[in-house]
Amino acid sequence: MAELSNTISQRAARNRWLLLTPALIILIFAASGPLLITLFYSFLTPGDYGGVEWEFSTDAWFGVLMQRDIFDDTLGWSDAHLSILWRSVKLSVLTTIACLFFGFPTAYFIATRPKKQREFWMLLIIIPFWTNLLIRTFAILELIRNEGTINSVLMGLGIIDEPIQMLFTEFSIILGMVYVYLPLMVLPIYASLERLDFRLVEAGYDLYATRFNVLRRVILPLVKPGVIAGSILVLVPSLGAYVTPRVMGGGNQLMLGNLIELQFGQGRNWPLGAALSITLLAIVMVALLAYVRAAGNEEVKHG
Amino acid sequence: MAKRGFDIRKLRGFSGIAMTCFVMLYMPIVLLVVYSFNAGTSIAIWEGFSWRWYVSAWDNEMVQEATVRSLIIALSAAAIATTAAVLAALATTRNRKFRGQTAIFALIHQPLMVPEIVTAVALLIFFATIKVATGYTGLMYLIIAHSAFCIPFAYLPIRARLQGMDLSLEQAAADLYATPFQVFRRVTLPQLWPGILAGAMLAFVISLDDVVITEFVKSAGQDTLPTYMLGQLRRVVTPEINAISTVLLMISVLMVIAYTLLSRTKR
Repeated sequence: MAELSNTISQRAARNRWLLLTPALIILIFAASGPLLITLFYSFLTPGDYGGVEWEFSTDAWFGVLMQRDIFDDTLGWSDAHLSILWRSVKLSVLTTIACLFFGFPTAYFIATRPKKQREFWMLLIIIPFWTNLLIRTFAILELIRNEGTINSVLMGLGIIDEPIQMLFTEFSIILGMVYVYLPLMVLPIYASLERLDFRLVEAGYDLYATRFNVLRRVILPLVKPGVIAGSILVLVPSLGAYVTPRVMGGGNQLMLGNLIELQFGQGRNWPLGAALSITLLAIVMVALLAYVRAAGNEEVKHG
Repeated sequence: MAKRGFDIRKLRGFSGIAMTCFVMLYMPIVLLVVYSFNAGTSIAIWEGFSWRWYVSAWDNEMVQEATVRSLIIALSAAAIATTAAVLAALATTRNRKFRGQTAIFALIHQPLMVPEIVTAVALLIFFATIKVATGYTGLMYLIIAHSAFCIPFAYLPIRARLQGMDLSLEQAAADLYATPFQVFRRVTLPQLWPGILAGAMLAFVISLDDVVITEFVKSAGQDTLPTYMLGQLRRVVTPEINAISTVLLMISVLMVIAYTLLSRTKR
């Protein structure tokens, strides 16, 4: 009997790996494998015309945060890279906060509609979510560029004489990122709010809590997992954003994604580009791990 | 009852912010669509209705080629990713925990967790080496790259569908001496079909919309519609871009609605 069940489970295991093969081959060939190669490349020497020389070097990793002085060859902090790194983190955090400010009330609004209407409101959030990111960035670009809709209308009304420069600033990058990533905040918060038991809210009011206190002491603690999930879902793509800062920031407001691209274009420093990519990946992984831990703690508390 | 007119669900200012959100989400898109019908060359000053930019986009050879290329890549990638995802979902759903399961899940979901720009750079490095070694610079690189990042999008709805399915039907079929393949073909597959279709559509839309990975992987002269548009944004923008965007937008909207309807029949 034991033998029989053994052969069955062996066969099941073989079938399982057989079924998994196509997906694994594709993913290893075009996702995980190249990532390992990138890690490897970050320890090589840059070639003169892009590409790499097969010579071990840790220069690329020094280059992530440091630079050699061109005159006396001393090591110092790389101000350019530090400021780009700082901008990436700053703009991503501000984007997340702004998405939270707009996303939470929107999710709350949808969750408190009558059941039949909710699907319609959610569809309004999901449609932009599945719409081309470039097209949405382009749509907001048309709105705020100097010859764009807002400036044309204001000038037509005679409120301003010259267009307001909104594009190619840090503000325009944040605006663009909030616009494209907002649905990612609304979806998980809504999922939490939908399960919220409003009898608890009622109990809070019965005990003479103010609206603010009910929000702070009853609603927010209960939907915290959704809020954390939404924040991570916005923060992670913001950190790695490439299209939005490129389109909304012009050439001078670089974020980490654009700095990486630069190394494979004009910079011709593939190892540095590889090292920067791995750095970005590490930052994102730290954010994701923090999320997993926070989510795990929540489950333990409520389970 | 509590005080009359006291709504426990109401929080002051929330509805206002929500409405602002919906207006902000849709106003730019609506304007984009409206100006695709502009008779003038401006994307901000209305000069009357016309189809001229749709005609001009249709006649633009670059756009034609990019459209055909986008469709070839998206259809191939969706087909490959969905097939791989169905098999992977069958292997990883409805069974006990097995050795290596966590690693498999991490691998399948990797494209969702790793920033696109990192994947793009990694593929650029890897494929550049292969291109030099083999001399082949065709579309296969893009198709494989797209297939890889489409796999999780196809996998998730299929797996969700599979998990919601009733095992007893398959057991009944097996009791009636159906071979495992017959069970799959006659019982599992018909029930799984909406999930497969939903997954394939998601994969198709995701592939059609991709900018970053395509931009880094493509060889010279291999623009897809999104990378063509990204290139055009550097120049003077005419409503032709709006017209192309509007068409892509319509495809996405139709797909989302179809997807919503498909995943609803589950319950």
